Amino acid sequence: MSREGWFNLALAGLLVAFPLAAQAMDEPFLVTLATRAVILALAGVGLNLALGLGGLVSLGHAAFFGIGGYAMGILASHAQGYTPLAEWPLLIEGTKSMPVIWLVAVATSGLAALAIGALSLRTSGVYFIMITLAFGQMFFYFAISWPAYGGEDGLSIYVRNGFPGVNTLVPLPFYGLCLAVLALALMLCWQIARSPFGLALNAARQSAKRAETVGLSPYRLRLAAFTLSGAITGLAGALHADLNRFVSPAMLSWQTSGEIIVFVILGGTARLFGPVAGAGVFVALEHLLGELSDFWHIWLGLLLLAVVLFARGGVVGLVCGERRHG
Amino acid sequence: MTLLLLAEQVLNGLQFGVMLFLMSAGLTLVFGVMGLINLAHGSLYMIGAFAAAAVAAATGSFLLALAAALAAAAAAGALVEVIVIRRLYDRDHLDQVLATFALILIFSEGTRWLFGSFPLYLDTPGWLSGPVALPGGIQYPAYRLALIVVGLAIAGGLGLLIAKTRLGIRIRAGEADREMTAALGIDIRRLYTVVFALGAGLAGLAGAMVGAIQSVQVGMGEPVLILAFVVIVIGGIGSIRGALIGALLVGLTDTLGGLFLPRLFALVMEPSAAASAGSALASMLIYILMAAVLIFRPTGLYGAEA
Amino acid sequence: MAEAILSARGLTKRFGALEASRDVSLDLRAGEIHALIGPNGAGKSTLIAQLAGSLRPDAGEVRLAGRDVSALGVAARARLGLGRTFQVSALAMEDTVLQNAILGALGARGRAPSPFGRALARGRLRDTAEAALARVGLGECAGQRAGSLSHGQRRLLEIAVALTLAPRVFVMDEPMAGLDGEAALSLRALLDGLRHEAPILLVEHDMDAVFALADRISVLVEGAIIATGTVAEIRADPAVRRAYLGEEG
Repeated sequence: MSREGWFNLALAGLLVAFPLAAQAMDEPFLVTLATRAVILALAGVGLNLALGLGGLVSLGHAAFFGIGGYAMGILASHAQGYTPLAEWPLLIEGTKSMPVIWLVAVATSGLAALAIGALSLRTSGVYFIMITLAFGQMFFYFAISWPAYGGEDGLSIYVRNGFPGVNTLVPLPFYGLCLAVLALALMLCWQIARSPFGLALNAARQSAKRAETVGLSPYRLRLAAFTLSGAITGLAGALHADLNRFVSPAMLSWQTSGEIIVFVILGGTARLFGPVAGAGVFVALEHLLGELSDFWHIWLGLLLLAVVLFARGGVVGLVCGERRHG
Repeated sequence: MTLLLLAEQVLNGLQFGVMLFLMSAGLTLVFGVMGLINLAHGSLYMIGAFAAAAVAAATGSFLLALAAALAAAAAAGALVEVIVIRRLYDRDHLDQVLATFALILIFSEGTRWLFGSFPLYLDTPGWLSGPVALPGGIQYPAYRLALIVVGLAIAGGLGLLIAKTRLGIRIRAGEADREMTAALGIDIRRLYTVVFALGAGLAGLAGAMVGAIQSVQVGMGEPVLILAFVVIVIGGIGSIRGALIGALLVGLTDTLGGLFLPRLFALVMEPSAAASAGSALASMLIYILMAAVLIFRPTGLYGAEA
Repeated sequence: MAEAILSARGLTKRFGALEASRDVSLDLRAGEIHALIGPNGAGKSTLIAQLAGSLRPDAGEVRLAGRDVSALGVAARARLGLGRTFQVSALAMEDTVLQNAILGALGARGRAPSPFGRALARGRLRDTAEAALARVGLGECAGQRAGSLSHGQRRLLEIAVALTLAPRVFVMDEPMAGLDGEAALSLRALLDGLRHEAPILLVEHDMDAVFALADRISVLVEGAIIATGTVAEIRADPAVRRAYLGEEG
């Protein structure tokens, strides 16, 4: 097995062992922290599909993260208030069931990604970055100025949503649930990277001209990747909202988009487990540095600057060396 | 709705647009000449505002405060260019995004550390505090009117600078062909630092001028930065004229949309629903404008054809 | 006379004051190698770009296998059977030689791959790709990164990728450039046989190869075709001699 394979295995082992150890030491807070890392990793896995494989530098993934979050918030708040979402043309009730919420989160954020992607992918490079950032901001302002679901204050739910057969109110089972979702997403990405689609998408990233010349439309490949990417990040948003039992426009802010990119880069772009390593490091830093100093973002900024200027492979790159090709 | 209200809102839109132009001009120049996307441009806007607030508090002079804003932002820009930005010109956009995102974190937290989390207030100068009477019986705040005048003057000056001066010729040459410009003996490194500092100074000035009608606080720069991106996407990257037209379009659309949409919705809805739906849609209007431009001219109104 | 599989009628393209293509008409017939020659700056690349769909002409039309493809883009024309190679290699440089070739086989299926499609098996795609690599003599390099190939080898890989498409026509931009004696000769032999699978529009500076291979030659000067004919006809054409040798008519 390659060095990266061993690294991934070790990381996967850590994801299982850490919360169990935290539980054994009676530190439920650490389990919650690990849950946060796993959910953020999932958001990064989503972005990595567009960014790593497709070369699409999206600075608007907060939109999908937030839409997923609001999908949870809106459905659950209607369910807890016993008010239907809509009565006409057909009756739509809220729900407290995670599988339904996830489905809605994936569908709505995927749809948003499809729309944003269809427009932004008409351009490339720096235009694409600015446009995705701008569309992300559009959702942010919309959430702030739409008073029905809390506006600027956001939306709280009283009790975490349920999943058949899992007691989601207890930190450890909820963690297990999130980890299972992350594992599924990783498997999907692994599969995609090896599929004809992945090959074509990756080739279009390196040379759009090449893909076109063999009859593959880079636009369609990228739009498919961007949509899927948004849907995965949206699912992460739903889980994140469930973790906090709270959703607010902050999930949609440009900082969130920036942070999701940071997970991917901190871990190592286009590495399967890069976002997992990156989100883990991010949450650990946030926790450790946050205790030391109120201004921990300065240190995060300096670290990020150092990674960009001097250690471009991220954590996985540092541990496993240059990316193998092919 | 009276005509007076409309005229006042048009002026507000102009004022907003002109300030957006000051932000966008630097961004679009830096992108056009150096090929760099700079997320930290909003931090320079913030630095200008904080420098102005600090100097105004110490000296009581608004003009000194403006000068300080310009100087501080330009100096910070030059410093950052020499230490960090310079290493990014040959990198891909992803690295530029990340490094300048890191700079935002550093600048924002650094400012919070220096000045605390509470907003500062910068007063408009006494000699510009009242309203002025405009033709047609419009009463409009003198300070906002001054912003429009100053902003347009700077836009004109920038146009002249680029069209007529030696620096402008070099900027245009650098935009067209970096290697050739360097081969002709122009010190391209210094040119880049100057262009970056110029853009930073404009952003800082805008931050200070707007800071006097809003509050001066950490994080004030990024929403304006993102609007400036919308402006550039609409106007076309690298085009100063596009930035001006785009900025005015965005300024007017945003201001007038906020005025008209709720009233428009009120024609078909009950008032409270109309107000919320109208304001929610108004908040999206400039992005819809951007999407429309993208559909018809993906490279912006004045952008080079791809 | 054999039918024209790729044809251009009245192609005109201006860049500002420069007329890069002036009313160009051109036929590529079944079974032939049709060479396009002309001095540097004559507009050969501009013309090829219009044929392949990466540049929209200001006027004129392009037909591929009897169908008007003027409104179609590069990818659509490729799916209709236009196999193109580039003067400056456009390959997925981080991928292996084999992956590049598989990409061609993938595009040839005409159906966009889905994200939920099956993993790449040792199936038909791979067989097609390996066969194409073997034909151009890159079979040994299948596992190497495309970026590690020499410039000449990259040209060969371009041709292999075009082969995997099983195209109706080939449009090749200087495939010989950068190849040394032996490799150039074996490529010449390959092209010689290839014309029977699909006709080749060949832009080439290697005049030995052009005169040895071409069934017909078109000469492009300042954006216009001044002569089209067999090798002998072109050698004797006064307009061509004037353009190349400066002879007085």
